[in-house]
Amino acid sequence: MKILVTVKEVAEAADDFEIDGTDIGEQYLEYDLNEWDDYAVEAAVQLSEAYDDVETVSVTIGPERSEETIRMALAKGVDRAIRVWDDDVAAADLDVAAKTRLLSAVVAEEEPDLVLSGVQAADDGFGATGVSLADEIGFDWAAVVNHLDTDDDLSTAHVHRELEGGIEELTDVDLPAVLTIQTGLNEPRYASLRGIRQAQSKEIAEFGLGDLGLDADAVASPIERTAMYEPETESDATYFDGSADEQAAQLADVLRTKGVVSE
Amino acid sequence: MSDVLAVADHRRGELRDVSFEIVRAGRELAADLGGDLHVAVIAGDVDGFADRLSLEGVDTVHTVDAGEEFNHDLYAGATAALFEELAPTALLMPNSVNGLDYAPAVANRLDLPLVADAVGLSYDDGLEATREMYGSKVATTVEVSEEPVAVTVRGGEWPAVEDAADVAVEPFDYEFDEATSGARVQGFEEVGAGDVDIADAEFLVSVGRGIEEEENLELIEELVEATGATLSSSRPIVDNGWLPKNRQVGQSGKQVTPDVYLAIGISGAVQHVAGMKGAETIIAINTDPNAPIFDIADYGIVGDLFDVVPALTEQFE
Repeated sequence: MKILVTVKEVAEAADDFEIDGTDIGEQYLEYDLNEWDDYAVEAAVQLSEAYDDVETVSVTIGPERSEETIRMALAKGVDRAIRVWDDDVAAADLDVAAKTRLLSAVVAEEEPDLVLSGVQAADDGFGATGVSLADEIGFDWAAVVNHLDTDDDLSTAHVHRELEGGIEELTDVDLPAVLTIQTGLNEPRYASLRGIRQAQSKEIAEFGLGDLGLDADAVASPIERTAMYEPETESDATYFDGSADEQAAQLADVLRTKGVVSE
Repeated sequence: MSDVLAVADHRRGELRDVSFEIVRAGRELAADLGGDLHVAVIAGDVDGFADRLSLEGVDTVHTVDAGEEFNHDLYAGATAALFEELAPTALLMPNSVNGLDYAPAVANRLDLPLVADAVGLSYDDGLEATREMYGSKVATTVEVSEEPVAVTVRGGEWPAVEDAADVAVEPFDYEFDEATSGARVQGFEEVGAGDVDIADAEFLVSVGRGIEEEENLELIEELVEATGATLSSSRPIVDNGWLPKNRQVGQSGKQVTPDVYLAIGISGAVQHVAGMKGAETIIAINTDPNAPIFDIADYGIVGDLFDVVPALTEQFE
């Protein structure tokens, strides 16, 4: 069995930042493995540990910088990795359809039995690529999975989908499938020193559009970001100033006045 | 015609709030486009739902009488088929958990550009949508240069339409055999039952990611004990297994309406705010002055919880 897990390097904005054009200035961004993908990686590695003959492969659409994030996934136990990038991809503003085309070309190369993907990316938050990919490659799927069991013969996944309001939907999904993974599914491991060392020698295959049988049209997008701004604050909060003790004293007064704390 | 098709959301026999909000979004967009607003409702008691969706500004409600509950193959197939029949300019679907489970498939199948999780929409020579990025720290506008277009709409961003009207209801035939679906819903489970129901609490002390380590929870527990409050949390604390699921406030946890909600080290992600914005008084302690929680707070302390919380506990000991 082969499990393909999508791994995205996401940008996180510093507490204080400035916008430069239609994005946050590069100096205010820090990059890390997408939190949801961390859970997907853990799910893939756990399956590879639970069953014989499971190969786990990560796929990342990202620049050379993202190799650090990819090595993190490798250090946690992913067997090998694929990175998709070239000048045309770099120049494009990738929308869901473009990512779907790139990832479906990778699926055609790798022929996985299961694809695991984070529910969403922490930076742009589209939350759509996994299900779009499933539809494109003709796999079954389930979105927002927070519990996963598999049959011994790996023919079916028994999943819980986390609905709103503390309700979970119990669903059976035939494999091959794409599952989009919600945080809380498992407890992502830290990369061990041994894992980090081993990751250095694991393969990261690089694919450009040509290698995937695609051209620049595959990453063309009709969706263009035209502005970015800080939302106007709606806050009319009363702020408590002073030292921590002074702030705490003012807050305590409010709690007493509201009658929720009795002395 | 430049019509809009909006798809309703329901679960266990109840239309969800986003169904009435998406009607507002659709109505406004249809007005911009100069076309009609079509609303689709799929599965379950579609006739009953159609009555409830006969709302001011809706031109036609289309009912797809197939299946009892949400099934993404049914929703994706029926939505795509109805779209092809009506040929609207814009297709609106909810950015709910079920929306996440079928809307991207519909967009892919119909080869439509997809704008996900829109919080604002307008049309002037093309669709323009407002979205948020980087955990709601910034808003963006995106323009879509192709039509038709698919959009998923964030719940809670448009006021619900409630004015009933006399609207044409048209059944739409769509054959669906659930047995052939690769994903089969087996049932539902309520999670988060436990010793305490945070929904009943008058004073919630709620802790988030800012607490950093499990052992630091002790600080919060001391405050809870000193004040007689009830302890709740945002999602990451439950994901980490530091508190049980019945303590989680938010979209996928509990909706709470206490007299006072004290949010400690919680940034205020939209999914969390959805569960606690009904609190009478909201107080936030956070080191980041730009944290979205301050936008809805009545009182704020920009400061380090590791200094403020022990000082606050001391006030009541």
